Amino acid sequence: MLRLEPRPAAPRWLEFATPLMAVAATMIAGGILFALMGFDPVAAVRTIFWDPLFGTAAGYSRPQLLVKAGPLILIACGLAVGFRAGIWNIGAEGQYIVGGITGAAVALAAYPAEGAWIFPAMVVAGAAGGWAWGMIPAMLRNWFGASEILVSLMLVYVAQKLAAWMAFGPMRNPEGFGMPGSRNLQQYPAAANPELVAGTGAHWGVVAAALAVVATWFLMSRHIRGFHIRAAGLAPRAARFAGVRPAVLVAFCLGLSGALAGMAGLFEASGPGGQIIDSFGSGYGFTAIIVAFLGRLHPLGILLAGLLLALTYIGGELAQLTMQLPAATVQVFQGMLLFFLLGFDTLTRFRIRLGKGGA
Amino acid sequence: MTTTELFRAEGLGKTYPGVRANDDVSFSVGAGEIHALLGENGAGKSTLVKMIYGLVRPDAGHMRLGGAAHAPADPHAARAAGVGMVFQHFSLFDALTVAENIALGMDAPPPRRELSQRIAEVSAAYGLPLNPARRIASLSAGERQRVEIVRCLLGGPRLLIMDEPTSVLTPQEAEILFATLRKLAAQGTAILYISHKLDEIRAHCDRATILRQGRVVGTVSPRDHSARELAAMMVGAEMRLVDRSGRQTGEAVLTVAGLTSAAGHDGTLLRDVGFAVHAGEILGIGGVAGNGQEELIAALSGETVGRPGTVTLTGTDLSGLGPEPRRRAGLLAAPEDRLGHAAVPEMSLTENALLTGATRQGLARGGLIDHGATRAFAERIIAAFDVRTPGPGTPAASLSGGNLQKFVIGREIMQQPRALVVNQPTWGVDAGAAAAIRQALLDLARGGAAVVVISQDLDELLELSDRFAALNNGRLSAPVPTEGLTIEQIGLMLGGAHGMEVAHVAA
Amino acid sequence: MILDLTTLLLLVSAATPILFAALGEAIVERAGVLNLGVEGLMIVGALAGFAAAHATGSTAAGFVTAAVAGAALAMIFAALTQMLLTNQVATGLALTLFGLGLTAMFGKPYEGIKAPAMPGGPLGVNWMIWLGLALVPLAWLFLNRTRSGLILRGVGENHDAAHALGYKVRAVRVAAIAAGGALAGLGGAYISIAIVLQWTEGMTAGAGWIALAIVVFAGWNPWGVLAGAWLFGGVTVLQLRLQAAGVAVPVQLLSMAPYLATIIVLVLISARQKYARGGGGAAPGSLGRTFHALR
Repeated sequence: MLRLEPRPAAPRWLEFATPLMAVAATMIAGGILFALMGFDPVAAVRTIFWDPLFGTAAGYSRPQLLVKAGPLILIACGLAVGFRAGIWNIGAEGQYIVGGITGAAVALAAYPAEGAWIFPAMVVAGAAGGWAWGMIPAMLRNWFGASEILVSLMLVYVAQKLAAWMAFGPMRNPEGFGMPGSRNLQQYPAAANPELVAGTGAHWGVVAAALAVVATWFLMSRHIRGFHIRAAGLAPRAARFAGVRPAVLVAFCLGLSGALAGMAGLFEASGPGGQIIDSFGSGYGFTAIIVAFLGRLHPLGILLAGLLLALTYIGGELAQLTMQLPAATVQVFQGMLLFFLLGFDTLTRFRIRLGKGGA
Repeated sequence: MTTTELFRAEGLGKTYPGVRANDDVSFSVGAGEIHALLGENGAGKSTLVKMIYGLVRPDAGHMRLGGAAHAPADPHAARAAGVGMVFQHFSLFDALTVAENIALGMDAPPPRRELSQRIAEVSAAYGLPLNPARRIASLSAGERQRVEIVRCLLGGPRLLIMDEPTSVLTPQEAEILFATLRKLAAQGTAILYISHKLDEIRAHCDRATILRQGRVVGTVSPRDHSARELAAMMVGAEMRLVDRSGRQTGEAVLTVAGLTSAAGHDGTLLRDVGFAVHAGEILGIGGVAGNGQEELIAALSGETVGRPGTVTLTGTDLSGLGPEPRRRAGLLAAPEDRLGHAAVPEMSLTENALLTGATRQGLARGGLIDHGATRAFAERIIAAFDVRTPGPGTPAASLSGGNLQKFVIGREIMQQPRALVVNQPTWGVDAGAAAAIRQALLDLARGGAAVVVISQDLDELLELSDRFAALNNGRLSAPVPTEGLTIEQIGLMLGGAHGMEVAHVAA
Repeated sequence: MILDLTTLLLLVSAATPILFAALGEAIVERAGVLNLGVEGLMIVGALAGFAAAHATGSTAAGFVTAAVAGAALAMIFAALTQMLLTNQVATGLALTLFGLGLTAMFGKPYEGIKAPAMPGGPLGVNWMIWLGLALVPLAWLFLNRTRSGLILRGVGENHDAAHALGYKVRAVRVAAIAAGGALAGLGGAYISIAIVLQWTEGMTAGAGWIALAIVVFAGWNPWGVLAGAWLFGGVTVLQLRLQAAGVAVPVQLLSMAPYLATIIVLVLISARQKYARGGGGAAPGSLGRTFHALR
């Protein structure tokens, strides 16, 4: 039998080592899975983790890294703040969709006007839309005690239906020959979120993600509010004793993560995605949960984890093209990664001993 | 006493990582004997009885029960062998009924109807009235203990272990409990009685085995020794006396009036609580656990806010303010639960210093944390209160109870409060640390602060406080001078025997 | 005609997946475990059940396979939360993400295939509906009238006390998680085999999350679960009827109804639990808390 002995503090190196161990274990387990499915496991793992950066097609796929990592990091930074406080916003996907819709709405309302104010206004509208969508579970929890987990998640489905309605109804491109989907914002210069430096994939969303990393790092390790957030997550009563008002914290965390997710949605709608379509939500909001955990809820960790998961997205597409691996491979990988991560995390909280114990 | 030996432990030992909880423990209990197990917190009493009850397996020595080897693999086996146990923190299930709780404590409970009948029989026989259909959540502490006892008695135990049973009872309720225990002993049941209340043990126990740091110091007849001698055996040194001298009472600092907690919360409601504490004075508030202590300290610390005019500090109304503005004004508090309320267990001592020191010590100006100043503050607390720790970076959870309590109380005292409220300042703390904390509170009062000590330890309150008030079911009695107050008077102030009169008559 | 026999049957059928999954989760939560992976368990049940039914031509084999698959997947959750003491919220989420990915990966070959026909049952109602209805009183009896049920509730209410009395907290919880997984698997398979009649990626569409909300609505009581599932079934059918009747509301907005209804129900019930303390319907005392026997 395994026996766990709690440790008061984890050795520093373990904090860094466990995410790496989880990634390694995922590669091994993934390789076994590929072998069982009749694929060459080494080639598959290499295609997913190596080729996008250094393979023959790297010229195309490298810029994609920042395109995918941007929204993941931006959303995960917000989520991590809430998770630290024990506030579980599972509905970032919904906030992302709504942010995309409200941001795009500004652009579509302004069309075809030109002006430097349009894009900033869209960013504000996107953040506000995500913020508002996040405030629904926050307020329902504060006023009625409803679980923010379930409410935020239900709102993902509502947001998906909303996007579908927008694409078929109010936002349908009048010049789109009846096809569902809004105008393509990339073809509307005042509203477009273009690649800023050619060949890097960096757009304004990537800039925002970088700023979010710095800002949440500052919040969590230098500011008293971040300290209170950590205290509330570890010992809610102690946080109240210190003067934290739980309702304020709930609103802050859900509002912040909603706003960041909403911004991510806007940058996507005006950039790589270009338009509001039926399937606007592409799962970034859920993958960002994994990014947040893999990054140990730390902004710098999230930066690395976001890049890694972006890599699996691109590598997965590559493996689909070159090896005919199923497209959903990446999702399985991500799920496994989170399992292994949670399992290895036990090492940081407990010493594991073998043999019969006291109880 | 000429009793036949029922239980014997020989050379019992148990080691946890870094702690030798029990070492070569040998003693015996006779049939019909009330045998005390005496020791400080952390002396190894709990580990010892858990081994007898099958919750923990010894790694050395052996036990015998009624002539046969006793090595229970789990509590089921221990119960089958005739061991019953009443836990200190009750092993009851709040949402379940009395009957369901009792069924869970038996290995082969009879059908529901028959069980109810047997509960009624045992209740009547021992004067422990119980309604089998009531939910535990609606019972008082005394009633809950009755459920635990009846649950044990239905198993017909030969050896009954009671773990600190009177810590939740008023003195009168405790008397009734002892009447029940004597009745059981007269029928031949052996009782192993764990406590650190010396007077109680001297009055009621036939023999006492004293544990210190996991080892047996000796087995004595408690009636032949003074409480002082027993304490010396328990602690291994003469108890340190606190110095109460040199205090002068000044004007009222903290005034509480008409404090009533808002409806809709769990737990006990405060009803019209009022008192005034003067500069240089210590007000002791006694009461059995669950009578509103948690609510009172929350209302004073600012965790719950009240109606205007209920909490005033030298004329400034703090009623509507949260903990931080109250700290700024000079009203500080230290709640009972060290791990999770007064401190964050996983955080370092430095971070825990920031927890309440942020505003008053200027550690986070404009929201920006001054890490250097915070660490220096933590180091000052550690030095001033002799907190034994490798350094301020150590997590709170890895400190011993006494050291963490010194840190938590020290953190508030170092901030020079005008009024300080503490709840159970020495609960679960070794004697040395307890004496240091009490002295620190007295010194604080000597410096002119108003101090409120909420405690369930009557000896502590008599030792520290100038005036005493009792908290009973959310109501606070009028404070009376401590000088000349007897334990019996205090017991009556604490509400006498809560609803135990029936039992008394039946017994 | 809004409520005729056909509509009623539709309602009961639409409620059945939620009924199975929520009954399972109610048992798991009564044992003190919060498993947020219901959605993942359901989708795995939906695919495994569909695949087995398609391979054997027997829907019964499909449902048995779905139950086994659900229980097997739930064992990952059990191993992580009960042996390695991981956070139940995060682990449940991982289970859902993993289940969705796994089925998306292995489900491709089954897309566009029709399910074998469900054999009819008494009164023209298929036997899975009957089984679901029978499970409600059975679950109630198990929880409230059997020794095992009492122990399970004890473990969920106060795991420290249960441990002190000698009950195997972990073993009870692992068993409950397995049972909950099997029931969620059945619920998922009902969607693919009996409602949609084919496999499509992500077809559970939040049913697992709705089941979690229904458990709260039900106050952790099987009869309440039945009421909640029917309420949900009613909303679903009503929305479908309105769509069919060509009401002048876009389809996309109408299809929000089940999710919005779930939120409203959750809010109402949470408010009641928050403001009217005491009485039944409170969450199990140890719900979601990690149990670690110290000393």
